This record gives sequence, structure tokens and C-alpha cells, in this order.
Amino acid sequence: MSLDTQTRFAVALTDPAAPVPKGLASWTGSQPERRFAVYRNNVIAALTGALAARFPASQQIVGEAFFAAMAADFIRAHPPRSPLLLSYGDDFAEFVERFEPAKAIAYLPDVIRLEAARGKAYHAADVASLDAATLAALSPARLADLVFVPHPSLCVLRSPHPVVTIWAMNAGEAALQPIANWAAEDAMVIRPHLIVEVRRLPPGGAAFLQALAQGTCLAAAVDIATEDADAFDLSANLAGALQSGAFIAFR
Amino acid sequence: MNKISASVFAASVATALSLVASAPATAADASKEKCYGVALKGQNDCAAGPGTTCAGTSKVDHQQNAWKLVPAGTCEAMKTPNGHGSLKQGPAPA
Amino acid sequence: MKLSGLPRRAGVGFKPEHFLAINAAAQPIGFFEVHAENYMGAGGPPHAQLGKLREDYALSIHGVGLSIGSVQPLDKEHLSRLKIVCDRYEPESFSEHLAWSTHDSVFLNDLLPLPYTSHTLTAVADHIDQVQETLKRQMLLENPATYLLFAESTIEETEFLADVVRRTGCGLLLDVNNVFVGSTNHHMDPGDYLALFPIESVREIHLSGHSETVDDAGAPLLIDSHDTPVKDPVWALFEALIARTGPVATLIEWDNDVPDWPVLCAEAQAADDILLNASNRRAA
Repeated sequence: MSLDTQTRFAVALTDPAAPVPKGLASWTGSQPERRFAVYRNNVIAALTGALAARFPASQQIVGEAFFAAMAADFIRAHPPRSPLLLSYGDDFAEFVERFEPAKAIAYLPDVIRLEAARGKAYHAADVASLDAATLAALSPARLADLVFVPHPSLCVLRSPHPVVTIWAMNAGEAALQPIANWAAEDAMVIRPHLIVEVRRLPPGGAAFLQALAQGTCLAAAVDIATEDADAFDLSANLAGALQSGAFIAFR
Repeated sequence: MNKISASVFAASVATALSLVASAPATAADASKEKCYGVALKGQNDCAAGPGTTCAGTSKVDHQQNAWKLVPAGTCEAMKTPNGHGSLKQGPAPA
Repeated sequence: MKLSGLPRRAGVGFKPEHFLAINAAAQPIGFFEVHAENYMGAGGPPHAQLGKLREDYALSIHGVGLSIGSVQPLDKEHLSRLKIVCDRYEPESFSEHLAWSTHDSVFLNDLLPLPYTSHTLTAVADHIDQVQETLKRQMLLENPATYLLFAESTIEETEFLADVVRRTGCGLLLDVNNVFVGSTNHHMDPGDYLALFPIESVREIHLSGHSETVDDAGAPLLIDSHDTPVKDPVWALFEALIARTGPVATLIEWDNDVPDWPVLCAEAQAADDILLNASNRRAA
């Protein structure tokens, strides 16, 4: 096979308008359209399957047929650049955000972001979370300057939509029903052991965790969180972060 | 630290630590899944859908067109009287 | 170079949804096979499950993304990921496909066919040398299920595989369903194909189901869909093959519409019975 042959084959696989490459043969005829279509189907169906496996709640929301068609457009525009499909679809949310047929479902990109974060957390490194008891031994004078090391599975997601509620309803974690209180929700995704957890964050919680995850010291993170939300409750948020295993160390 | 005093800060951290110390283990930890996690299909696995990595398919039309389709999943069930929810509907992040 | 050495028993492809059922009791399964690419994340349940499985069973790691049949260079990054997985789990066998799946760094996620020429033979042999040198182990190369042929091919598939074995010292993974699918699709006799196949190099066999459609001319076109029990003509080919070779490690591949564990396990038992009969006949 020359490189040209391989190139023509590869291009025709994802471009339905491209003709079947020359030089292919079958015992029944010279233009094996349906035979080549098997490969075309496989490429799109296999990658659609990989996306559906990573974004099951998003698929529930739009239905299988719409999801498959949307995925096919994404695959043609953003084919995987690695055989490692566990990270395929990291930029699916940005694509869907600009995807006209899905525009009416304004929250869909954020649900996709939440599922992408869950996938990353699922495959993140296994590291033991910080034991809160070690903090209790510190002198109060040190607390303000504490810098925490985030758990490799930690992701904080902010949404103007009730993204956690929507995700939970479509992941079998909550009953499906109209959402009475359509309010903004921030989420924390974390896998302290082997179960990926999604938690709805209290006011200021996302700003607090994002600041800490970026290496901001505790006192400055409190300022940022209070700036973000007057109702920010340091005790509840710090306890929640430690309980969920958001950090692995401090310095 | 502008918003709260050092003493309030220290007290809040102490409260947080006592909350953590008194909290029971989460329900998930008690389950069978604790040791090995939830079974999730592998993306490179042939189980991901009809016709994946090492299995072929004749079932899927590779020319499906999203522009002719409307979303027809649970989005209808979750719909609010004002539609699917927009930036305007929700309050600004609290 | 570590040689491939699976137990000469029936095995199954591991599906995470079967994990709890598998661990509920000792299973009459000779080995499990997994797709390498699903164990290339840093941590999490995939490694927890495979680690546990490895404690109790022999393991075959089956790559589905190396693109050995490409005329372009292998992805070195991917090859080093394969090395990490193989070093971590020390499988009894590592296998990949006579196919390509990556072009210009785009991963097409399908096992695509190649023409059989002296040019592609050199490319494939070079790639296998590179894999075996990197992994420090013998690999098995699997015959593909094909839907098309290339006008430029000058070498028969069986001869191509025999030449690759001669040049590289690799072993072969003989997928009997692929033989039946390909032979039907190309209007050939699968028995003739198997008669020419270099069976002395076969270290593993794959069995699976397929589905049926027709091509542009209305001729039968079989699809390697892995979504049904093994079909009767494939069992017949397998039985005749085992009569020639004696027992060989045999995998039931069931990847789509995966059944409950007992159904899959029973399918493996059916293969095991044929393997056992063959070894009893040899002993007699």
C-alpha cells in the first residue's frame, strides 16, 4: 500500500461525499460501495459508542438518535488524535456549545463538562486523601498560610444551570421530573477511593475550592470565596472539602 | 485576610475539623463497590456500542443528519414552563 | 524475548459488568483477555479490577490501537504505554492485529484492511520487530476480518502471515470467525484458507459471532459483529482445526449485546469441551 492509497482510504472513511477509493476490489463487482460502507459505519459507530459510553446522561437528555448524529458531526470535525479513547471528547462540550441543533438545550454543554470531569476522575491516579487529623495538630498561627495539594481526581465546575440536578436525574441518581427551582449549581467531582462522587457545592464553595486547587493559601481563598458569595461558610466548606477527600497534602 | 478576624478564622477551621472528626463514613464506603469501583464500560472496549473497535457493524447509517433531528430524550420531561432553561432564568450564582 | 504462553484452555474477554459475578466463585476459565487501551489510565476501578483478576487467572493483553498494518511509523508514545501495561500485569500473551487504525495521527478506531505486497510485508515486519524489541516479548499477530480486497495485492493472506512469522519470530492469533467471515465475503472456501494457514505458529484462537447482510450485488456479506453466540459453521471449523493442532488457548469474544456471565461462561465451556476431547484423543 502506498501512502497515497492509505490517505485516500482514510479520507473517504470520514467524508461521506468522497468516492469509494480506487484500487479496491470484491469478487462481485468493481465498485464495492456497500463493502466500503461497512468500514465507514464502523469508524463513526465505534467513536460514537466511545462518546456515548463517556457521556451517558447527555445521551439520555437528547435521545440516542440525536446524540448519534451530533456525535458524528463532532467526530468529523474533531477526530481522536490518540488511540486512548478514555480521554476522547475532552472538547465535546465546546463543540456542542456552538452546535446549532442543540442550542435550545442551553444546559447540555455543562452536563457534558460534568460527565467529562467524571471520566477524568474515574481514570485519575489513586492517591490517599489528606487525613484531617493532621491539620488539628497544627498551631493556629499556621492555618492562614496553609496551601493544599488537590487530589488528582478533583474538578470544580460552575454552571448557571442546575447541572447537578439535571445530571443526577439522567444518571439514575434522582427521579426524572420538571425542575421547579431552576437555579445555578456548582459541582465538585472527586474520586477519593474507587467511586466517583458528584457533590453540589454551597455558596462560595466553588470559588473557595478553585482558589485552593490553584495553590492559593487558605486565608486568601477565604477572601475570594467571601467576595464570590456573602453567605460563604468557612467551617461547612472546609469540612465538606476534607470529608470528600479533595486534598492529598498541605504545606 | 480582610473579611474575617484571625480569631474567627481559627475558630472556623477548628469547627471544620471537629465536623470532619464526627462525620460517619459515607454510604458508598460500605458497599461492595468499595474495593473495585463501579463497572464502567471501557472506551476502547468493544462493548461501547454496536460496532466498535474490533467488531464490525452494518447497522448504523454513517450519514445521519443532526440538522434534521430534534432532541428527543429526557430534555422534554425536565422542561420548565419557560423552556429548557437559559442564562436568564437562573439567578446569578449566589 | 519472553515467549507467549497462555494455558491451552478456553478463556473469555473480560467485561467489567461481569466482575462481581466472576469474583463470587472460582470460575472454570483458563484465562481472561482485555483490551490494552482500557488500562492506560493512571488509576481507578479498571486497574483495581484487573489487578484482582490477575491474582486468580492467566491474562492475555490484546491491543486494539497500535496500527501495525500502517505504512506510516508506529506511535512511539502508544508503544511505551503498551510497555507500561505489559510490565505492570506481565500477561501470558500480548497480541495485536494485522490491520491499521491510525492515519496522519488521526485514530480511526477500526481495524482497517491493507493490501498484501512486498512493501506492506516489510512495513508490518519492521513494526513487529519494533514492538517485540520494546516489550521484550513475543507478540501474536491476528488475521483480520475483511470486507474488501485490494487490486494491488500480490500475496495471499496466509502466505503473508507465514512470511511475517519467518521474518520476526512472532506467533499468530488465529481468529476462526474472521476466517469464516473473510472467506464468505471473498467467495472462498474457509477450509482451503485453514489448510494453508501456518498453524504451527498459532498460540491463541479467537471465536465469536457475526451478522449477515448483502453487498451491492446481493451477495452475502458477513460482518464481524461479536454480538451473538459462535455460529455452527465456525464451531465446525474450530473442531476440525483442533483435531489437527491439539488444544490451543481459545478465547470467546463477545463484545456487543454482552450476555449475563453464565451464558458467556457456558460458551467457553463448549470450547473447553472440544479442547479437552482433543487432548484425550491425543493421550489415548
